[in-house]
Amino acid sequence: MNKKKEQLLNKRYKAEKRFRLYGQSAIFMALLFLIIFIFKIFSTGYSAFQKTWLIVPVTFDAELMMLEQNPSKEDLKDADYYDIALKSMADLDPNANENQENELKRMVSYFFEREIKRELLNDPSLIGKTKDVYLTASDDLDQVFKGNYPRDLPEDQRRVTDYQLKIFDQLVELGKVESKFNLSFFTYPDSREAELAGIASSFMGSIFSILVCLMIAFPVAVLAAIYLEEFAPKNRFTDFIEVNINNLAAVPSIVFGLLGLGILLAVFQLPRSTPLVGGITLSLMTLPTIIIACRASLKAVPPSIREAALAMGASKMQTTMHHTVPLSMPGTLSGTIIGLAQALGETAPLILIGMVAFVNTIPGSPLDPAASLPVQIYIWAESAERGFVEKVSACIMVLLGFLIIMNLFAQIIRHKFEKKWS
Amino acid sequence: MNLILFTFIVLLGFTSYYFGRKKAYTIQYTKKRLTALPQFYGYYLAIWCAIPAFIIFSLWAIFEPTIVKLLILSDYSNQGYLDNELNLIYEKTKSLSRGQFTGEITPFIEASAKKYINLRSIAQSSKVVIVLSAIIASGAYAYKRISSNSRTREPVEKFLKAVLFTASLAAILTTVGIIFSLIFQTIDFFKVIPLFDFVFGTHWYPAKAFVRDSSEALDPSMYSDTFGAVPIFAGTFFIAFIAMCVAIPIGLMSGIYLAEYASVKVRQYAKPLIEILAGIPTVVYGFFAALTVGPFLKEIGNSMGLDVSAESALAAGGVMGIMIIPFISSLSDDVITSVPQSLRDGSYAMGATKSETIKKVIFPAALPGIVGSILLGVSRAIGETMIVVMASGLAANLTLNPLESTSTITAQIVVILIGDQAFGDPKTQAAFALGMSLFLVTLCLNIVALRVVKKYREKYE
Repeated sequence: MNKKKEQLLNKRYKAEKRFRLYGQSAIFMALLFLIIFIFKIFSTGYSAFQKTWLIVPVTFDAELMMLEQNPSKEDLKDADYYDIALKSMADLDPNANENQENELKRMVSYFFEREIKRELLNDPSLIGKTKDVYLTASDDLDQVFKGNYPRDLPEDQRRVTDYQLKIFDQLVELGKVESKFNLSFFTYPDSREAELAGIASSFMGSIFSILVCLMIAFPVAVLAAIYLEEFAPKNRFTDFIEVNINNLAAVPSIVFGLLGLGILLAVFQLPRSTPLVGGITLSLMTLPTIIIACRASLKAVPPSIREAALAMGASKMQTTMHHTVPLSMPGTLSGTIIGLAQALGETAPLILIGMVAFVNTIPGSPLDPAASLPVQIYIWAESAERGFVEKVSACIMVLLGFLIIMNLFAQIIRHKFEKKWS
Repeated sequence: MNLILFTFIVLLGFTSYYFGRKKAYTIQYTKKRLTALPQFYGYYLAIWCAIPAFIIFSLWAIFEPTIVKLLILSDYSNQGYLDNELNLIYEKTKSLSRGQFTGEITPFIEASAKKYINLRSIAQSSKVVIVLSAIIASGAYAYKRISSNSRTREPVEKFLKAVLFTASLAAILTTVGIIFSLIFQTIDFFKVIPLFDFVFGTHWYPAKAFVRDSSEALDPSMYSDTFGAVPIFAGTFFIAFIAMCVAIPIGLMSGIYLAEYASVKVRQYAKPLIEILAGIPTVVYGFFAALTVGPFLKEIGNSMGLDVSAESALAAGGVMGIMIIPFISSLSDDVITSVPQSLRDGSYAMGATKSETIKKVIFPAALPGIVGSILLGVSRAIGETMIVVMASGLAANLTLNPLESTSTITAQIVVILIGDQAFGDPKTQAAFALGMSLFLVTLCLNIVALRVVKKYREKYE
């Protein structure tokens, strides 16, 4: 009898342990996913912050550049750099035939002409002399140098030819290949060529959209929250507004994209693909988030504050505007930042309003066509070229960096400035 | 011009505030008792000066282009032009009047360009006159009111309250906007495609509708068997099902562990870490699913002799499940912590172990809240877009094999609407019809879930 009881007890204790283990493994799994995830992004992305340069001797031959004696600055700007650029690449292998010269040219980006031009404009005394110039390597060679490219594939299955590899290896041996910090990733707009593609255009697009979103969503949401929390009578209409807000917070983001497309673009005829429309669409999405955060922090202000102000003869409006709202601001602001962080990572609605268009200029205002960082991730992820994989990961790192900064900022505001009542 | 006028109105508002306040001080100086604090005199004057002018200004900005267009095109009415041609004529007129027109200039267009310039200048000058006279009239009225020391606080507060109320209508307006943007296109769509074919058809092939020559009249028979949404709906629910198979066990168990077992320290670190998963943008998950999980599953499948598509439903659903874990875990954590301690104490007093208490007492008590959180998770899974677009197939495929690729409502909307859209095309309308069904399904799920959670909260609070 006693033994049976003990067995039963053991069984129950074992079940207890097992249940606990399930819980622990669930948490472990969730954290494991997070770690794999971050590790994967970092391990594929960190190399994008380095860029491979070929150091090529360039002879600034005045005759080939169609320059006359003592050229002015204007002449230098208009000069023909293509021939000397081509020649300096061809000179890498004196025995190259025409086909091979073409392959040599494709070892660098199509910006090579501009890079040589910039060199001469910086130092006009170079005319007639020879200088080693840094040229951006093509994305395939860039990947080869970083060790991401499978060199053992048969030649017809890779985009780098054996000949290019041979010359490249010679350059590496001579120390003429260098890897430096990839500044152009941050300063160049998007490009079809992976080695020249940067996030400047999409970054500005994101900034403009978020600013538009902030300027619309924050005032409207705060005013709405003040009304609902402090002034609204308890009736059906108020309930209806509340149901609407709670529901909007859970509507799929793509539906907001359809709203932007069907109303903002089709009815109001706002310009397509612009951060203005993107920002308005995102602001409608963030509105409920901010309203809910603001109401929560208004609710957290203890009634004694209101009662004290009213007792001193302040009107309801004065009480609210002078006392309740300022006290609720830390919570509201951190809620707003979290809402904006969500909006910053949003992709689907922006795709629908046309912010996926290929933009190779840096937008100067919210009315210029632009992409945004998450959309840029999508565009690059859909490109087949190998060079874009690391760019996507690097872009994700930039985006996640921003999100982390924004969330930290929200935390700091909340902990530093929020008053604890109790 | 608009900018100057706008700046002027804003500046006027600010200066009249100081002006009004100063007036209040002069009244005070004459030993009269003020009816409100001096700044209310300022607000009162500022509101009266700026707001009517601003309203006229914005109404003008909205209606001027339409009216000018109507006046210009009235010259061309009764001449049998189609709407498109009229629009073209108007665009030509506008660009000619700006001196940017590069095509052939016909006398008609030249005449209307002249008329356009004329109308615009009349409109501009009359706008300035009307706005200025509105400012003068309302400003004078308000100034007279504050000079005679009548009440200012009440009207100002009433105005502020009206502004607050208008802001709170934004949520309703957004919902109305969503419904409006969806409903017209959807109705047009169902005029061409019978509702029955959409809901019960099993072939989804919208690309076929694109082959149509735009000059041809719409021929409904062309689209039979093109817009059957069953594969799309099935794919949506299937992928959501896979996602919930990942998210419910892991999310629920971690929620229970965090609420009942975890020490304060573990909870302090584990909870925010898990919530990071919710903050990662979905496009990043999509990239992860497409680049890592898809090929990984394919490799495993191939080594076991299975034929796995690189864009399998399993990859998309699995990654989506990871994304939903934090929603379920933190919501169920909240729900479980709000179960009153007395229930636990009662159960322990009967000799139950902790897990027995959780399974037999806490879980049933918290069930409505947990169901609510799961429903919210399902609604998220159904509405999730980027993971599916990037990691699952884009071709609608009626299958229940998780190793094959399927498509979802959201993915189809993106596929159809990416790039240029022609409104009026059944293909574009189909995307809106899909959006409508998505909105309705998630709306029902959300309302039920929110109601369940709210009822539950009320029960224990």
